[in-house]
Amino acid sequence: MKTLKALLLPAILLLAWEIAMHVKNVQSDSLAAPSQIAIAFKDAMLDGTILSRTAETLRAALLGLALGGGSALILSIILGLVPPVARLLQFTIEVLRPVPSVALIPVAILTLGFGYGMEISLVAFSTFWPILIYGHAAITNIDEQMLDLAKVLRLKTFARITKIILPATLPRYFVAFRLATAVSLIIAVTVEIAANPLGIGYELMQASQSLHPDLTFALVLWIGLVGWTLNTLLLFAQRRLFGPAGVAFGIQQ
Amino acid sequence: MTPPATRKPLIEFRNVNHAFGTRPIVHNIDLTVGESEFVCLIGPSGCGKTTLLRMVGGLLTPSSGQVLFNGRPVDGPEKEISFMFQDYSKALLPWRTAAGNVSLALEATNVPAAQRGPRIKELLAKVGLANHADHYPAQLSGGMQQRVQIARCLAQEPSVLLMDEPFGALDAMTRQALQDEILRLIAVSKTTVLFVTHDLEEAIYLGDRVVALYPNPGRVAQVFDVKLPFPRDQLSTREHPEFLRLRRELFDFIREGEA
Repeated sequence: MKTLKALLLPAILLLAWEIAMHVKNVQSDSLAAPSQIAIAFKDAMLDGTILSRTAETLRAALLGLALGGGSALILSIILGLVPPVARLLQFTIEVLRPVPSVALIPVAILTLGFGYGMEISLVAFSTFWPILIYGHAAITNIDEQMLDLAKVLRLKTFARITKIILPATLPRYFVAFRLATAVSLIIAVTVEIAANPLGIGYELMQASQSLHPDLTFALVLWIGLVGWTLNTLLLFAQRRLFGPAGVAFGIQQ
Repeated sequence: MTPPATRKPLIEFRNVNHAFGTRPIVHNIDLTVGESEFVCLIGPSGCGKTTLLRMVGGLLTPSSGQVLFNGRPVDGPEKEISFMFQDYSKALLPWRTAAGNVSLALEATNVPAAQRGPRIKELLAKVGLANHADHYPAQLSGGMQQRVQIARCLAQEPSVLLMDEPFGALDAMTRQALQDEILRLIAVSKTTVLFVTHDLEEAIYLGDRVVALYPNPGRVAQVFDVKLPFPRDQLSTREHPEFLRLRRELFDFIREGEA
């Protein structure tokens, strides 16, 4: 019932759009009726363009996320455990972090050329920061007493990390990872639109430049749907792992 | 400030001072705890009782003076010294079951996995939690969570048990049950206990000696020998004339300190 109500407004708008296009008999290079968009979507879906292009984008986004997130995870643990290193790197981090990834596209083209390499690098750069910052904050926020416990039990560094620090911070890392996933998709598509002849972003640029509003709109909706699906899957995993009946975390109060 | 001559000294504070920055926390502490002795540290907040405990636990190095264990200076957590924390909600790992939390102490001392199961079972049975091995801390009451902590401490097979207001957050009934539990357990294991509390009846009920501290900075004010028979009993011990006399004396002492 709730879902139905939520769908009501978009449905009315779509219908109004469709009717307006027909009543005014619009022939345009920049607008398309919902029905035309649906047909363009169906065609691009059936000939495999959308799926293969999406696979390219996801590949770059997820590899970049793995690279950026993985190194951020390791560095955040080092920063959390060795405060002098955190103090030493703080300035560098604060200088590099605000650099917009888009501003690095020319640099990436110059050094890496077109292709997966530069796109993955840019995604890695932009997903590195949220995970580093959130992760570091999570580790510095671990309760003092839990760290004392690790000390009195004389846990070695590796055991301390795997048995105390990582499980204690896992829910926060997961949230950071979820945010970074959204970032990875945004950056991948941005890089494709701006420069890289790859993926769904490039396809979108092609559709727009060849004056196909139907396909352009279809692709935009599709990208939205992909992002939404990714986030929904991760939210579901988060609830299952760390929610009220979390399997990874016992029963949380 | 020394224990009866029959006891071998196990923990010694020698002229211990500690300051955070320029603020002195404890001042010239000289205190010896004998083997198998139960010593309670009591005093108002700011008297440094937890600070002293953390020194023995190897979590804190005094600014000057020495803390000795078995005649050697403590320079870090010792395997034989186990520490029981006040705040059970943060002293147990919420993502591990009761059994898993006890297991942590065994994992830390590299007990082979095959031997852990039976040991954990035995330890949980000892603290009356045989049927709660698979429960997570959040599913257990405060008293039960402290029992899990006791079991984890015992898993270390410690010769010294440091307890930092362990029953402070529990209700009166649970607190009494756990007091008897700990007395029963250490009567068997002969473990030395250094117990921090601000409940003077608890201190008298449990201790062989009660060390009263003055605050700001923490100093040893007076040491009371508790000559009450064992095993102690929640009713008869607390009605014992000696108990009442000590309670009176400590009460007056604390009130004086506050004045």
